[in-house]
Amino acid sequence: MAAKTLYQKLWDAHLVDALPGGEALIYIDLHLIHEVTSPQAFAGLRAAGRKLRRPDRTLAVADHNIPTSGQAGGVATIEDPAARAQVEALIRNRGDFAVPGWGMGERENGIVHVVGPEQGRTRPGMTVVCGDSHTATHGAFAALAFGIGTSEVEHVFATQTLRLSPSKSMAINFTGETPQGVTAKDLALAMIGQIGTAGGTGFVLEYRGPAIERLSMEGRMTLCNMSIEAGARAGLVAADARTLQYLNATPLPPSEEEADGLSHWMSDEGASFDKEVGIDVSALAPMVSWGTSPQDVVPVTGHVPRAQDFAEAGRRNAADRALEYMGLQGGERVQDIAIDRVFIGSCTNSRIEDLRAASAVAKQGRVAAKVRAMVVPGSGLVAAQAEAEGLADTFRAAGFEWREPGCSMCLGMNNDRLAPGERCASTSNRNFEGRQGRGGRTHLMSPAMAAASALTGRITDPREFS
Amino acid sequence: MKVFDKLSGIAAPLFKANIDTDAIIPKQYLSTTERTGLGEGLFHEWRRREDGSDNPDFVLNQPQYLGASVLITDENFGCGSSREHAPWALDDFGIRCVIAPGFADIFYNNSLKNGLLPAIVTRQTAETLASLAESHPGPFHIDLEAQTIQAPDQSVHRFEIPPQARANLLAGRDEIGATLEHEAAIAAFEARHDRQPA
Repeated sequence: MAAKTLYQKLWDAHLVDALPGGEALIYIDLHLIHEVTSPQAFAGLRAAGRKLRRPDRTLAVADHNIPTSGQAGGVATIEDPAARAQVEALIRNRGDFAVPGWGMGERENGIVHVVGPEQGRTRPGMTVVCGDSHTATHGAFAALAFGIGTSEVEHVFATQTLRLSPSKSMAINFTGETPQGVTAKDLALAMIGQIGTAGGTGFVLEYRGPAIERLSMEGRMTLCNMSIEAGARAGLVAADARTLQYLNATPLPPSEEEADGLSHWMSDEGASFDKEVGIDVSALAPMVSWGTSPQDVVPVTGHVPRAQDFAEAGRRNAADRALEYMGLQGGERVQDIAIDRVFIGSCTNSRIEDLRAASAVAKQGRVAAKVRAMVVPGSGLVAAQAEAEGLADTFRAAGFEWREPGCSMCLGMNNDRLAPGERCASTSNRNFEGRQGRGGRTHLMSPAMAAASALTGRITDPREFS
Repeated sequence: MKVFDKLSGIAAPLFKANIDTDAIIPKQYLSTTERTGLGEGLFHEWRRREDGSDNPDFVLNQPQYLGASVLITDENFGCGSSREHAPWALDDFGIRCVIAPGFADIFYNNSLKNGLLPAIVTRQTAETLASLAESHPGPFHIDLEAQTIQAPDQSVHRFEIPPQARANLLAGRDEIGATLEHEAAIAAFEARHDRQPA
């Protein structure tokens, strides 16, 4: 039998039926939903008089627009009437269609891509979808996971399948020893910088190599999470002993039979990819973004590029515009850039390991005067663990705001956003114009770098605090 | 779904790479439970000044492009979030076709589900069409069946679209209905699959 990639195995295991024109009907094992991209899909279901086929394969959370303080006050206290209406619609829809899950303020609630894995609902060999582009996160578990639009959400509600065309496969081979202080976030930013923000369009990425094998599950989630920032709908990491160890600690530990079967979910020896890319991690430093696309990255030890550094005219114009938007000249030392805000959170970097890394830095100082720093845990369970480990106290004592779980300032749908011109050291995933608030300036980085920057008031190499 | 077959209309050039869905429809418009009314927020932060008035420099506010139903843009249009609010906003504003050298995957799919034609051309053609939209007043004619774009200077350019996507747009097909015709296959798959450990 021909050697198969992990992606091919996942595809083959979920093939329900062939469709005309090269499409296929693919079965969906787990459908995660949230308040922002589901209401129109439920409305469509109702209008057509259709049932939600598998509520047991559907799981709901409220995360995108909820406030990160005062959640115990209940949904009625959400200030923004439109946001409140969305959260209320999700409650109503969950009731009408018997969808399990958690709501704002419940201990198990949190960011959809934190909750799924934490609850053991994301499993190797699954297909996982959600009306959210960062669904790629779940690929860390050797699950084919990708974001979908609301029409596709409705399609999954009604049929538990999607009509898909096969993607091409790309192996990203991380070679070399990862230097001290270089994290999964740095690998992600370096990878996007290398292949570009459209480099993965049409591909499913598989992250491979010794540096990936050594990454924790949290680290793998961070890396897979940002696959979409490279244009790929999905990223994958093979299942291994770390995967099993993580699953064993969830509320749904695998049976012996499932545990024995996990080794199937890796690419076969000799499987061929449509494209292969190599990244030598031994040469990497902690990375940070300078512009308004996630591909605009430099090592923290480097300088902001000048527009004329880019040979291609389109890239040069984009750099010119990005520098203007970011309030930078080009050529300045990255570590001379002063910041106003710090955001530690998001589906990229709000898990316990992220908070441990940030707290290890935070305990070495105090948030600089004039800097406002906030930490938003990924879920109620992450928050509880951080409290139990003393991390929350460390943050509070150092002058960070310790908030309640949610997507928060990653996308600024609630009140957590930047004012025009404010510059933010952020552990989130997108530095687009206006992403964290109109006129806001986002620098993407790891939790340790964000914490280090909070203490000094400028973008700072976290290795100074190691 | 709306049928797309032919379209004649003004084309607005917005020739910039990597236009993301946050730019197409910013966060403050996502808190809705409707699919309609989003045209108001389309390209909000470029289209409107901070005081809410129209930004006269933005292409869709310029008199020669009022009522545009075609947008011509550069690589990787629609990158970023999966929000279907992006094609909803374009459609609600009156844009029925976006011409570009490439689209982000999720945006591309979302467009097809809403009868919005994402027409793929070479980068050179996109650049040519964008400059024709500036230099030649008059409508562009788009023919999905023939996969052609006729510019106001009468030049004709081919665009690419997968055959199945083209057929779906031409028929305005209800995909959920079509999938439910595979009920027997889905049920048989589930009977096998539900017994597996994962």
